[in-house]
Amino acid sequence: MSRFLAVTLCVLGMLAGGAAGAEERFITLASTTSTEQSGLFRHVLPLFTAKTGIAVHVVALGTGQALRTAANGDADLVLVHDRPAEDKFVAEGFGIDRRDVMYNDFILVGPAADPAKTQGATDAAQAFQRIAGTGALFVSRGDNSGTHAMETRLWRSAGEDPAGTRAPWYLSAGQGMGPTLTMAAARDAYTLADRGTWLSFRDRGALRLELEGDPRLFNPYGVILVNPVRHPHVKADMARAFANWLVSPEGQSAIGAFRVEGQQLFTPNAKTN
Amino acid sequence: MSRRGCASLRGANKRHGAMTTLTDSLSLAARLIGGLDADLLAIVLLSLRVSLTAVAIATVIGLPLGALLGLTRFPGRMVVVVLFNTLMGLPPVVVGLGLYLVISRAGPLGWLGLLYSPTAMIAAQTVLVTPIVIALTRQIVESLWEEYDEQLRSFGVGPAGLIATLLWEGRVSLITAILAGFARANAEVGAVMIVGGNIDHYTRVMTTTIALEVSKGDLPLALALGIVLLSIALLINAGVSVAAMRSQNR
Repeated sequence: MSRFLAVTLCVLGMLAGGAAGAEERFITLASTTSTEQSGLFRHVLPLFTAKTGIAVHVVALGTGQALRTAANGDADLVLVHDRPAEDKFVAEGFGIDRRDVMYNDFILVGPAADPAKTQGATDAAQAFQRIAGTGALFVSRGDNSGTHAMETRLWRSAGEDPAGTRAPWYLSAGQGMGPTLTMAAARDAYTLADRGTWLSFRDRGALRLELEGDPRLFNPYGVILVNPVRHPHVKADMARAFANWLVSPEGQSAIGAFRVEGQQLFTPNAKTN
Repeated sequence: MSRRGCASLRGANKRHGAMTTLTDSLSLAARLIGGLDADLLAIVLLSLRVSLTAVAIATVIGLPLGALLGLTRFPGRMVVVVLFNTLMGLPPVVVGLGLYLVISRAGPLGWLGLLYSPTAMIAAQTVLVTPIVIALTRQIVESLWEEYDEQLRSFGVGPAGLIATLLWEGRVSLITAILAGFARANAEVGAVMIVGGNIDHYTRVMTTTIALEVSKGDLPLALALGIVLLSIALLINAGVSVAAMRSQNR
């Protein structure tokens, strides 16, 4: 027994020793599940870390939660995609210096049978009207994310309010993009997805792309620094270095070079200074 | 799981159906274990470091407190006993959320800057495991005491000696209690996800990796990682059980 205890203590000592000496220079980036799950960060962050020695800790949340986390001071900067919410975040004094980084687009995906005939729709509003008209199942993220905010705006432009009227064909998943796609595949339902997650998603089942290309489906991402006046503990200098790198020619070309199965997922669009 | 590390493993899941997922996962798990992928190894070591540290702290706190609770009689004791029995079933998500509110920069301990760190994950799992160790130790020590009460009295053993003797006599059962605590820590995902943030190469452990792969729709890889997790738990339990049996027979 005493030998057993000695071995246990040794193992624990080794494990605790491993805790020390972890990287010291890091910043925390609150971002979205869509960017994290697409694999973009795995592609671009090592380049920045190699250049500056600054590690970037990505916490992937819905846009709403990412902004709330940053407002609490639990992140140094955010990279999100919901322009109205971003502008509000800056206007309330939580964030400073919002800049465009990149965009991709939202797409409508649904069952191959396409019961609502969305493929023939002229634009997203008409496609959404057809879904509501036929009562075909639709899975909503329902998680206050950027994608959810976009979906809500599209329903409004279609003159429908399935969440408010508790339409029986409208399923609110309350989950990230991946689980929402899984649910849509399982229930033969339509859903709004960002193209990045769709392209990197592994378990599509019978889902297919129904509608794309409507200018309303444009999905821009912005980077915002957490206001150091509001939260003096944030690592403002390192966070700014990362934001500057993202919009620099080097960061922009890294984003443009990221591909999944041969397809570019994000288009860099930072304004050149 | 890294794209680099698992590049060779992807593409195995193009086909569909539950049975192919299961067989794919089994062979994937075998390749993951056999291939000793560096990223996977780091994730496994972090999982063990977090869970074992939490269990060690919970044991140091829980054994004496549980023994004390088993050997003392005071008004309201039953309330405390029932309370700890209930706390054994604390939902990890609730623990994670509670701790989040405390250690967020907006919370009372925000100045420590612990959120999204392995330390925060250890703290969360300690909160989960400690009631298990306390409640089970209380039960074990109490029944041992009923058995040996007169014997120990006749030897004139003092209170500290009494606790030490009963903990030693109950060591095999107590190890099972501690293993139950480890199982709880090792298997939970809700608490470490919230306070750790599932940060790649920093706070990403086995269970949060599995959750991430599920949300990416890579079900075979997720299941394969689950099999790896279970294998590690099996190894640890087997090792501890053998050690405990040897100590009992000595």
